Amino acid sequence: MNKPRTLAEKVWDDHLVVKGEDGTPDLIYIDLHLVHEVTSPQAFDGLRQAGRPVRRLDLTIATEDHNTPTLAIDKPIADETSRVQIQTLRNNAEEFGVRLHSLGDVEQGIVHVVGPQLGLTMPGITVVCGDSHTSTHGAFGAMAFGIGTSEVEHVLATQTLPLKPFKTMAINVEGTLKPGVSAKDIILAVIAKIGANGGQGYVLEFRGSAIRALSMEGRMTICNMAIEAGARAGMVAPDQTTFDYLEGRPHAPVGADWDAAVEYWKTLPTDEGAVFDAEVNLDADTLEPFVTWGTNPGQGISLSDVVPSPEDFSDPNERAAAERALKYMDLKPGTRLKDVPVDAVFMGSCTNSRIEDLRVFASIVEGKKKADGVRVMVVPGSARVRLEAEAEGLDKIIEAFGAEWRFAGCSMCLGMNPDQLAPGERCASTSNRNFEGRQGKGGRTHLVSPQVAAATAIRGTLSSPSDLEG
Amino acid sequence: MEKFTTVTGVGVPLRRSAVDTDQIIPAVYLKRVTKTGFDDALFANWRQDPEFILNQTEYSGARVLVAGPDFGTGSSREHAVWALRDYGFDAVLAPKFADIFRGNSGKQGLLTGVISEADCEKLWSALEAQPGVEMTVDLVEKKATLGELVVPFEIDDYIRWRLLEGLDDIALTLRNEQAISDFEAQREGWRPKTLPVRHA
Repeated sequence: MNKPRTLAEKVWDDHLVVKGEDGTPDLIYIDLHLVHEVTSPQAFDGLRQAGRPVRRLDLTIATEDHNTPTLAIDKPIADETSRVQIQTLRNNAEEFGVRLHSLGDVEQGIVHVVGPQLGLTMPGITVVCGDSHTSTHGAFGAMAFGIGTSEVEHVLATQTLPLKPFKTMAINVEGTLKPGVSAKDIILAVIAKIGANGGQGYVLEFRGSAIRALSMEGRMTICNMAIEAGARAGMVAPDQTTFDYLEGRPHAPVGADWDAAVEYWKTLPTDEGAVFDAEVNLDADTLEPFVTWGTNPGQGISLSDVVPSPEDFSDPNERAAAERALKYMDLKPGTRLKDVPVDAVFMGSCTNSRIEDLRVFASIVEGKKKADGVRVMVVPGSARVRLEAEAEGLDKIIEAFGAEWRFAGCSMCLGMNPDQLAPGERCASTSNRNFEGRQGKGGRTHLVSPQVAAATAIRGTLSSPSDLEG
Repeated sequence: MEKFTTVTGVGVPLRRSAVDTDQIIPAVYLKRVTKTGFDDALFANWRQDPEFILNQTEYSGARVLVAGPDFGTGSSREHAVWALRDYGFDAVLAPKFADIFRGNSGKQGLLTGVISEADCEKLWSALEAQPGVEMTVDLVEKKATLGELVVPFEIDDYIRWRLLEGLDDIALTLRNEQAISDFEAQREGWRPKTLPVRHA
């Protein structure tokens, strides 16, 4: 009888090329390498200088997302450095033979939306990308993590990475979410509970009845933000929901390969009796819509609460961080969060820009008008999501509401393209990071779910859908 | 990569915790396609404040940064490391580092030493008492020295070995070429393939 293993341990073991000895790392095989324009130019340069080819073009795919404009995409990109960076990716893809989905292509979009929608992301594989939100793909029961540019070059050249084993942490979420509460609230609550670096060194496995009940989109939202707890990866065990999502997608296995895959995937969930290095419990029944008040994703609280005071924190570093954050966010302790007015609402990013997210947003704003003076931007995660939404008429609902319906990309999540906040502007954002200046220099970000984003766009102050009743 | 043994230079006390990668280098500076030319981008938003520590003339030529816990959290951008290197930093000492940042640093010859919170406070106080004072970071002995003050630091043994030897990761991995090919030969047919291109 083999020792019971966790999901993460099984995927790791099945990708071991060379077992490390005496403190050297294991050499791990990479099944899927996603590439985008920002973290790859210097990696391709390195290959060129060393005269090395891309080892496995058939395990590599590139898309343009971080710099791409979300308006007038048929025109040349106005910003010269953005244009050069995207052109550099096009040149590199051409020279090395990498599959690339460029702006205007139907499969273009945020790299973490594109992989799953093509059926490339699947259970039991290893996925890397030069982007920390690669953790998204863990929703399928894949081991997926962000890497730096040196590692991008390493994977392009060798299709492997030297890695030290991670510790494992179970995040048990039991119960049933109340209406208006979503996957985003689960992960914001988890990060608030364990801290923005509480997951450091761990692979998080999200478990429990509330996770099982989530769609793939919801699971992706949760795993996407595992990195915001400092974790290297987040994972959810594959189940029928996973298989149903995958079956029939362009790159999903077919025929005998599909049967063999499903048989293997069913062996992946954590064994009875397997031991995690740490466990955390969260009650889904009592969870409320969450919102961040500070400048790291761990500084979050229930939306029905008030802005905390630095004195609430016993740890001196946390207290100093809270003081700085409140100053930057221009918030006073004791203020009801629901009294905080916003200038902008951003609905998008690799956290919440899939079709289900857009449906939720549209269902709440349908037939309503946005609050005066609030700018509302809706950015689908990929060109295909945009088409799908338009086929369902969501674009009409969103535009009638008074929001801007944009083309796909990372957009205002990090403001590498023209979609940015002005200094001092406050935004309710469905993205993943509320760092100082993240959405534009001096911009102030409150991380929220699509439900809260919609309600906030209607009322003009931070709001949950339940505030719209009566 | 050059071999790293010791570095001696001006130490900078950065009294902040959770310095995230968007502070180290804001996203608008990530558009360059080279590994150099990022020195102006380092802490770009904070440097607009004349009071910010790196704007004080005493700290020009700084080579060692002493920061609070959770340095380098957030994005995987290696540009954060390039910006620190370009500016002139060879070592960062802090009570805790984010994983990806720590890994990226080791590949670009930037030492990340983990010190205790108590020692961090001592180093901050000593550096603030004599702005512009030089300190030494010794990777062989795993200790930092500032006058009489000697502080031990921790660093992953493998990263330390690679820094000391100045080794290239890819060349190291390619020593396992046969093992990689053997692994590839037995991969299952259902695993993802990006080519040939299939559309919905």
